[in-house]
Amino acid sequence: MTTTQTADAPLARLVDAVRAAAADHERLELRGGGTKAFYGETPRGRPLDTGPLAGIVSHEPSELVVTVRAGTPLAELEAALAERGQYLPFEPPRFAPGGTVGGMVASGLSGPARAASGSVRDHLLGATILDGRAGIQRFGGRVIKNVAGFDVARLFAGSWGTLGVLLEVSLKVLGSPVASETCLLDVDEERARALLAGWRARPWPLTASAWHADRLSLRFAGARAAVDAAVAAVAACGGRRLEPDAALRWWTSLRDQTLPFFRLDAAALAAGEALWRLSVPPTAALAEQGGVRLFEWGGALLWRRGPAEAATIRAAAAAAGGHATLVRAADKRCGAQAPLLPAIAAIHRRLKQAFDPHGIFDPGRLHPGG
Amino acid sequence: MRPPADRARSERQRRLADLEAALAGVLPAGALLLADEALVPYECDGLTAYRQRPLAVAIPEDEAQVGELLRICHRLGVPIVPRGAGTGLSGGALPHPQGLSLSLAKLDRILSIDAAAGTATVEAGVRNLAVSEAAAAHGFFYAPDPSSQIACTLGGNVAENSGGVHCLKYGLTLHNVLRVRGFTASGEPVEFGGLGLDAAGLDLLALVVGSEGMLAVITEVTVKLVPLPPLARCVIASFTDVATAGGAVAAIVAAGLVPAGLELMDRRMTAAAEAFVHAGYDLQAAAILLCECDGLPPEVDEQIERVRAVLAARGATRIEVSRDEAERLRFWSGRKNAFPAAGGISPDYLCMDSTIPRRCLAEMLVLIEAMERKFALECVNVFHAGDGNLHPLILFDAADPEQLRRAEAFGAEILETSVRLGGTISGEHGIGVEKLNSMCVQFSAAERAQFALVKEAFDPQQRLNPGKVIPTLARCAEYGRLHVHRGQLPHADLPRF
Repeated sequence: MTTTQTADAPLARLVDAVRAAAADHERLELRGGGTKAFYGETPRGRPLDTGPLAGIVSHEPSELVVTVRAGTPLAELEAALAERGQYLPFEPPRFAPGGTVGGMVASGLSGPARAASGSVRDHLLGATILDGRAGIQRFGGRVIKNVAGFDVARLFAGSWGTLGVLLEVSLKVLGSPVASETCLLDVDEERARALLAGWRARPWPLTASAWHADRLSLRFAGARAAVDAAVAAVAACGGRRLEPDAALRWWTSLRDQTLPFFRLDAAALAAGEALWRLSVPPTAALAEQGGVRLFEWGGALLWRRGPAEAATIRAAAAAAGGHATLVRAADKRCGAQAPLLPAIAAIHRRLKQAFDPHGIFDPGRLHPGG
Repeated sequence: MRPPADRARSERQRRLADLEAALAGVLPAGALLLADEALVPYECDGLTAYRQRPLAVAIPEDEAQVGELLRICHRLGVPIVPRGAGTGLSGGALPHPQGLSLSLAKLDRILSIDAAAGTATVEAGVRNLAVSEAAAAHGFFYAPDPSSQIACTLGGNVAENSGGVHCLKYGLTLHNVLRVRGFTASGEPVEFGGLGLDAAGLDLLALVVGSEGMLAVITEVTVKLVPLPPLARCVIASFTDVATAGGAVAAIVAAGLVPAGLELMDRRMTAAAEAFVHAGYDLQAAAILLCECDGLPPEVDEQIERVRAVLAARGATRIEVSRDEAERLRFWSGRKNAFPAAGGISPDYLCMDSTIPRRCLAEMLVLIEAMERKFALECVNVFHAGDGNLHPLILFDAADPEQLRRAEAFGAEILETSVRLGGTISGEHGIGVEKLNSMCVQFSAAERAQFALVKEAFDPQQRLNPGKVIPTLARCAEYGRLHVHRGQLPHADLPRF
């Protein structure tokens, strides 16, 4: 076995580990902070710790771009950005402390601001990756507009470590908004959906919306004048302002899913309760699917808690043009992610083969048997 | 024994006869063009320097015909080159000599505007501007606005990941497309993305957007609509040197402002645009900046004041703010007509399209001036300054082959310089055939091989738009003999294969 000669010890370690795994056809579980292990299919394979390859490579505030090594703790990146008055506009969830930037990108998950500000994939400008042949490649770049070649970097967002190791990523960031206000309205789900649909064409700086337990919350952020105008309009419909500290706690509890709604304890799981995530058009209420409900993203992301028949819930989501993911359950044998149509599954298999010909990067993490 | 030219001709006749017979029951009368004179308009796209006669052109009228046609061509082994309005600027729709150019122009129906969801679903041949026009009645518009928006189609926009003046604030095509429907090369129906904000599995939509017709044929697109801002106002600022203007751009962005557009033109571009449309530009300025703010009226006023303050602090010698919609449109008229205006001052021009980090704008302009002397050609500059996307227009006369050669070398040097400064060889026009050589500069052999494998994952038989975007190893080797390869590889000490 050759050993990679480089002064960059953490990088050399990853390259050597992948080369060895490829030679032995050994399955690897790429692991940053391990904070998302509960999500999707159960990770399998020998854990490869991606944490040591860490550090912020460059941050030019006037470029609105930051380049980071993938093992960098997400908290460290967010703190560095905050110091310069900037933030990650897609509000990545931090289910627990210790998550890494690589895990954030690999999961492709975005928080409450997603409908307004875009996803982690939207803000990913480039990535350096280590493929299943232990080769290092760089796709995309550090500039906002870039159409040279296929957008392979963005394919890695949401790939859950099945294509290769993220080594370094460049992300678009934004300046923190000047003003932010949260309004609450006491309305049932149907009314909340109707209000949001009616407001869809309003040029308001609505950066997050959520409904749960007969309460609709709306967050407006941006220029002071725009925020004030929107808050006044919502107040006229019966909205009331939430204090800034309480507002921050509320949106953080949604973002990180610390709200009790998302946390199914052992007893609930044993009783057959499950947490489903339905990504659907905002007009698809799926009221007939019942359950204890919470929606975000203007209605485009529905969380449903309770016992459920996987086939029924998946069929309803698919009929609406969306898909359903089983996030928390005692039994995920139906598959965490919605199954793919044959033509799409065939493209997945060939892409997997293209990046990981020896099948070492936990092939079943996205779909069982993947 | 017949001479080779004769054999080639009869081979072509045989392929044409096979194709015509197979497609006879699929396409309506007049939807398959075979005669030489009918094929002429399809010989090129917006990059007219490259021309190729296709084997035939098909103009199907609906999704079912597209699918059937693709399945037949797959069986016959005929390459397919998808085509929208033919406005692309990198030769992405350049025909294949043995291939069928597949025009999607007649798939031009707006299928639905869902005001409650804020989305529109349209066929691939619908024009970009037509989407905004249809959405306006519901209080929305479609944000990506490439300068060809009167003519270019949504299918073409998806293939190229088109940008435009508004993408600084509202994103590129990628950020505004939810779902794409179409067919694989073998004619299997597929959907990428979904009507929600994400889809199950790998993000194939991210690959398909910007794939220049090489991964799938697009027949239908669902896009996100954006609320129409009630007010937009434009600021024009003059600067006595280009570097100061570049600095002002960085300062606006650093101040946390996200204008709806932020454009820069140098003196010669400004003069050409002024002569073309009489927008009232300051002809004394070395560079002018156009900065647009949109939103609710009090929000726009607040932003305009902040922009004005930054511009004044950054050395603007004259600042004008549009007072009404007519004036705003007049301010933009010169910028929107920059390309035709360049056509008015030179027989031909090469439009470059690279992106660099914003902070390098001033440095780049100085380097381009040096290149003008080196290649003895003039270059006028118009930039999407807010996102660092440059459109230097190299002026030349194509009647003189020597000038064309120098113009191409000039262009290649701009692209290589952009890569060296940390940027990219294409911001929004795509690679097509025009920038195949420059792909060798930006990507390593292993990266280009990975692109080829991605292509194969979607199109194992290499039938869709073959020969575009990904240069062959031999081509890069040839180019590499003449040009220095990417100066600094990341992790140059590691083995690359």
